[in-house]
Amino acid sequence: MSHDKLIRMANQIATFFRSQPGSDQVEKVAAHLKDYWAPEMRADLKAQAADHAQEMDDLVRRALPLI
Amino acid sequence: MKDFIIPWGDDRDMGTPAKEGAPVTLEIDGFSVTVPEGTSVMRAAAIAGLQIPKLCASDNLEAFGSCRLCVVEIEGRRGTPASCTTPVAPGMVVRTQSEQVQRIRKGVMELYISDHPLDCLTCSANGDCELQDMAGVVGLRDQRFEAPEGGMRTHFARRDTSGEANPEYIPKDDSNPYFTYDPAKCIVCNRCVRACEEVQGTFALTIQGRGFESRVSAGGVGDDFLSSDCVSCGACVQACPTATLQEKSVIELGTPTRSVITTCAYCGVGCSFKAELNGDQLVRMVPYKNGAANRGHSCVKGRFAYGYATHSDRILKPMIRERIDQPWREVSWDEALGFAADKLRGIQAKYGRKSVGVITSSRCTNEETYLVQKLARAVFLNNNTDTCARVCHSPTGYGLGQTFGTSAGTQNFDSVGKADVVVVIGANPTDGHPVFASRLKKRLRAGAKLIVIDPRRIDLVKSAHVEAAHHLALRPGTNVAVVTAMAHVIVTEGLYDEGFIRERCDWDEFAEYAEFVSDARHSPEATEMLTGVPAEELRAAARLYATGGNGAIYYGLGVTEHSQGSTTVMGIANLAMLTGNIGRDGVGVNPLRGQNNVQGSCDMGSFPHELPGYRHVKGAEVRAIFEAAWGVEIDAEPGLRIPNMLDAAVSGRFKGLYCQGEDILQSDPDTRHVAAGLAAMDCVIVHDLFLNETANYAHVFLPGSTFLEKDGTFTNAERRINRVRKVMAPRNGYADWEITQMLANAILAAEDRPLWHYTHPARIMEEIAATTPGFAHVDYAMLEEKGSVQWPCNDANPEGSPIMHVEGFVRGKGRFIVTEYVATEERTGPRFPLLLTTGRILSQYNVGAQTRRTPNTVWHTEDVLEIHPHDAEVRGVKEGDWVKLASRSGETAMRAHLTDRVSPGVVYTTFHHPTTQANVITTDYSDWATNCPEYKVTAVQVGLSNGPTEWQEEYDALAERARRILPAAE
Repeated sequence: MSHDKLIRMANQIATFFRSQPGSDQVEKVAAHLKDYWAPEMRADLKAQAADHAQEMDDLVRRALPLI
Repeated sequence: MKDFIIPWGDDRDMGTPAKEGAPVTLEIDGFSVTVPEGTSVMRAAAIAGLQIPKLCASDNLEAFGSCRLCVVEIEGRRGTPASCTTPVAPGMVVRTQSEQVQRIRKGVMELYISDHPLDCLTCSANGDCELQDMAGVVGLRDQRFEAPEGGMRTHFARRDTSGEANPEYIPKDDSNPYFTYDPAKCIVCNRCVRACEEVQGTFALTIQGRGFESRVSAGGVGDDFLSSDCVSCGACVQACPTATLQEKSVIELGTPTRSVITTCAYCGVGCSFKAELNGDQLVRMVPYKNGAANRGHSCVKGRFAYGYATHSDRILKPMIRERIDQPWREVSWDEALGFAADKLRGIQAKYGRKSVGVITSSRCTNEETYLVQKLARAVFLNNNTDTCARVCHSPTGYGLGQTFGTSAGTQNFDSVGKADVVVVIGANPTDGHPVFASRLKKRLRAGAKLIVIDPRRIDLVKSAHVEAAHHLALRPGTNVAVVTAMAHVIVTEGLYDEGFIRERCDWDEFAEYAEFVSDARHSPEATEMLTGVPAEELRAAARLYATGGNGAIYYGLGVTEHSQGSTTVMGIANLAMLTGNIGRDGVGVNPLRGQNNVQGSCDMGSFPHELPGYRHVKGAEVRAIFEAAWGVEIDAEPGLRIPNMLDAAVSGRFKGLYCQGEDILQSDPDTRHVAAGLAAMDCVIVHDLFLNETANYAHVFLPGSTFLEKDGTFTNAERRINRVRKVMAPRNGYADWEITQMLANAILAAEDRPLWHYTHPARIMEEIAATTPGFAHVDYAMLEEKGSVQWPCNDANPEGSPIMHVEGFVRGKGRFIVTEYVATEERTGPRFPLLLTTGRILSQYNVGAQTRRTPNTVWHTEDVLEIHPHDAEVRGVKEGDWVKLASRSGETAMRAHLTDRVSPGVVYTTFHHPTTQANVITTDYSDWATNCPEYKVTAVQVGLSNGPTEWQEEYDALAERARRILPAAE
């Protein structure tokens, strides 16, 4: 799927969890992606990291290995 | 053949409303009867089985005491008091029949009849007229009054005795499409006027004139019913004891002879109706007084707008085509299902197991929805199932699930009668949920306070005898900032309920949350510039909610359909927990569901990440339950949501869709993108009543059945499981659950797998109850006995659950969640300086597929753009001008309506008409957690135009081509 849409959606998720207390935001972003995103979408997002990492929220980048 | 003997229950008119109070025992005609204090003698008699004659009394209206027909004798009291206005007293001895009262009643009736036409045999109320019945009951055998010499005018004769036109005569008003007002038949009992006030709360009717000149009058001087404030709810028609206010359908078709109790197929209130018929011809729908959601009331849609069921546009035969540029070909069911099965199997063989999916419908029954998601999971063997709740209340599912532990409204509708402060956020109940609105307005008239949080000045803000204490007219997209600012006031001013929080919620999470909201940047003063809500007004509203007694929040899609929809839902849950407004009557958090079975379709596992009962597919123990029941292995990974399906289709990975009872092309955002997704698929199966907009891109059309033509259950916004009963045979040949089963079996047979064998929706409900804990005790026999039940209904709650979270939250401790405001990326700028928000109107429903095919169009023939006079003026736009509405997604044109209901900078429209296609404008931005589209905020520009846009004209041409049907080959 198109990178701008997937990355925007992932960044929105990261923005929410960044606002949450605690130190496990990366894990929470990863858990949300695993619970609600189909595996193909997660795979696409991971694949897009190669070319579009700079567009990704830091939390998303760090969550990628966990999904 | 009916499966059950249906005990319709006692729906006699008891004369006056039920009361609550200490028991009082009295004697009526020698029978001892015990009733609550405050009950009228009339009602007490009715409870004892003794019907006292009456005309002006009805048990949905307060006693009026005008007709004098219900007089009785009471020992020790002088005269003959009216039993409707006389409350019972301990030891009272009442006689309902005596020579004296019989004489009085006969005299009263004689006077009524002296000024009433005696054309009973040809009267449309013949056989269904209380005046006729009472004349019989009191034994009226003669009408002795004669006109004095020279004649005397009646109010009902067209001409007087000299042949001149009778000035007292007022002709019938048939301006309303559904009922007539015939003043000639009126006995001025006031029931219609009182029903309009007390039941509906519109105050459109009055009695004009005095004495013999008294007449019912709608609106002001020169108004008829259609031009008045009348909302055509029909409460007056139902209240009328004569033919004065009469359904046109009864006038045309005659009085009905049989009735079936069923559930309305429109909004999430889920009103119970008596469908009244002759043979299989539906004569009228009458709201059922024992219906627990509506208590005998209805709106214009449920009561009158059922004509679509027999509309000539209905498709009754299956159709197929290889390509969408071809005309449709009518074929047999076997051929259509075989064609569909081959296509879907071929797609899965070529593109993989996950290349197909389903969309279930909130307009279909629980049983149908259950089967459609089962089709994905057990036949397609993937989790690509989603429902239109995706685009309305999916954030409710996520937000309430995270905070309370389950996704459901916490109250029953009766609860609003105990509320002291009602907060309505992003909902417009008088248009979207009219029967709930009537119940709310009744409570407001009794003194409850109202806070409206909405960018538009909705009718509730100020209407007859109702005025909001506070209207927070926020800027679209700033819900989270407003809700968090309210929490800021409650926490920093110490208005929270510490006892409740300590007992029911996680205290550490509360502490973190309290620290977060206490920050000065969340204060109303700090957010005023952003939200446009005056700080003092917001503070006052927050104080009122926190300290005004029972606080109840009702919210709609103005909360959910935002990029922060889920966050606002959590913010709302936080407010309820902060103030202890959860777990008892009169309080709670209540999502108002758009469609009749939004709740049910979510309950039934329509979402791609969860199985029925909101259990994530990752849970091996949950999958095991369904794997045992279905004999297949269930995918442990979530499937695609509707927008994801469309994205995947555009990128060539998603090729086949079975879409039941939904019109995603019209209802989903960013129409061009939806169209591109559909066009990229190899097999789109549309299962619907009509060739809807989505069907323009379909290869298989399976004709659906209406709610009148099938059995099943709907679950309304208060979690109430109501029966839908078949009142006539399906015109298309099959109920929808049968069609889904046939499609499943066509695939299963081709793959030599075991077939489905459901013989009745009751069998499907048995499977639901066996696999889903909240439904464990639900079965059709129980629904027959109880009428309806609210889930959870299981060992812990065998009688169902009117109120949730009574002892504690479903998840254990209630969870406060930090709600940081994040501005949507959809921003106004020089190109698109205005914000568009969308909604619905009373007379139309959703995409209008049903209501546009009824006379409801008289109230709303087209979508119009509401624009503030200031914004209109700077653009040179005048009332009724064609304007072009453009966003970065697309453009459309419609007529402008200048109104200050919208603030400057905000424009508003509805999405009921496919010719307007308001969703060409809306964008693909969505809620962060659920992908629920951001319908409520689109940056737009408005300018004068000459008429429909190129897109509209092209689309109309395409739609016309796509709907061509070849005659059947045989």
